[in-house]
Amino acid sequence: MRDTHPLMGFVSRGFRGKRRDTASSARVPPGQYVVTDFPVLSAGPTPRVNLDQWTFSIEGEIDEPKRWTWKEFRALAAETVTKDIHCVTKWSKLDTTWKGVSVDTLMEGVETAAEFTTVFSDAGYTTNIPLDDITGNKAWVVYEFDGQPLHPEHGGPVRFLVPHLYFWKSAKWVRGIRLQNEEHPGFWESNGYNMYGDPWREQRYWGD
Amino acid sequence: MISRGPRLITWQLGVLAEIVQETPRVSSLYFDAPDWPGHLAGQHVDVRLTADDGYQAERSYSIASAPEDRRLALTVERLDDGEVSPYLVGELRVGDKLELRGPIGGYFVWRGEEERPLLLIGGGSGVVPLMSMLRHRSHVARKAPARLLFSSRTLADVIYHAELEHLSSADGGLRVFHTLTREKPAGWTGYTRRIDEAMVKEVVWPTQDMVDVFVCGPTSFVEAAASLLVAMGYDPRAVKTERFGATGG
Amino acid sequence: MQEMKLDGNAIGGLLREIFTVEMTAARGTCASCGAVNELGRVQVYLHAPGTVVRCPDCEQVLMKIVRSGGRYWVDLTGTRCLEFGEG
Repeated sequence: MRDTHPLMGFVSRGFRGKRRDTASSARVPPGQYVVTDFPVLSAGPTPRVNLDQWTFSIEGEIDEPKRWTWKEFRALAAETVTKDIHCVTKWSKLDTTWKGVSVDTLMEGVETAAEFTTVFSDAGYTTNIPLDDITGNKAWVVYEFDGQPLHPEHGGPVRFLVPHLYFWKSAKWVRGIRLQNEEHPGFWESNGYNMYGDPWREQRYWGD
Repeated sequence: MISRGPRLITWQLGVLAEIVQETPRVSSLYFDAPDWPGHLAGQHVDVRLTADDGYQAERSYSIASAPEDRRLALTVERLDDGEVSPYLVGELRVGDKLELRGPIGGYFVWRGEEERPLLLIGGGSGVVPLMSMLRHRSHVARKAPARLLFSSRTLADVIYHAELEHLSSADGGLRVFHTLTREKPAGWTGYTRRIDEAMVKEVVWPTQDMVDVFVCGPTSFVEAAASLLVAMGYDPRAVKTERFGATGG
Repeated sequence: MQEMKLDGNAIGGLLREIFTVEMTAARGTCASCGAVNELGRVQVYLHAPGTVVRCPDCEQVLMKIVRSGGRYWVDLTGTRCLEFGEG
């Protein structure tokens, strides 16, 4: 969707767009529309992930950094959650079902003074999230979608899931969480996108 | 032609003057655009659609017409799950107005000022900017030798088939090679497979010396074709490529 | 797998908005690997919150461009130098 320099009042006869009910509701945040497919967004090539060398880490402001191999990670207690997701490009998808490990499980026994985190991925992607927003049953590190192994184009083998924030915060191909005392803007947050990203307050861009 | 010096790019209105159905899924749209500044072969235009509630969608389309042609032509493939192409091919009628801006691009451009051989490789509607080059070539006096390798799914999907036959039969300097990837029609004398090393070796000039090369099509097609040329010794930087996605629509 | 990767030709219009001149023939130097490429050759990912431009040689980010509500955000930290003509 683009919005620069419209010719005054011009309307393309008969054009409606490939839509979608824009009416927000208790389930659909303002400005969003509901899709039934699962759009793929990608800021770069899909990384080829070698599970033999894959690890998930919690590092940064932590006395003893934690690290799990793929085998260790898959042995952690998993849960299945059903959540609505909201992409900043304006689609929402309702009742998506994911299986993975709660961040609370990963953070068990971690003592930290950090208030902020950077979630980081293969391929260099990062996103910043306050620690309070990924603990307390609010975020998961997931490896199944809809009962199937997570497809690489949707972030497989493992992606982040923090459904109460815009979906760019749910980093694909996630590899760890860095605990930080200060907030460091991530890949999109450093270039126009909102530091927090609450879909219910339409926090899409800087200043929203 | 492009004026010199910085200049804001602005939207203008074109009026659809004629629709020519090229294949079951592809149509050419001919516009009268009074403010059109002219273009070079290979350039494209941005098209913007606006719904009555202000919703907008914008896409980029290659120009099919030659710079010398009276009307600005776009050739558009209808993608069923697309948003803009089903409007352009299906909803838009003669007399309707369309917001355009351009011309855009200076990399994937052939000026036709040199007599260097011209090698064109197109997949599907990737032939559109290449057709603008061939149409331009038909207008210039000193014609570079030219070859087009054009991959289509089926015979019915071959865009500009008759015009390509006409252009090449009237001009010994132009050779057109077709390949069909999903059909082997009776009596067909062209290739019937995806482009491969043997095909490229039969079609292209053996050395890259002073050849202008343009490859356009879906991303996977372009990368396959460019790799084959590079394997033959073409300099990757001399192979000009333009990719379009299957998801844009 | 869907084809998500396009090239710099796809953002010729967006680059014209920002730089006011034709930019697909401009030459950009990658800050990561030093490769120099015409912007028509670079990798472009459009299906994302913004436009991501990557080096065709090393795939590192050359530019991030976000446009909304009449504002632009342009991150050029991955591009060491852009060479382009006046128009």
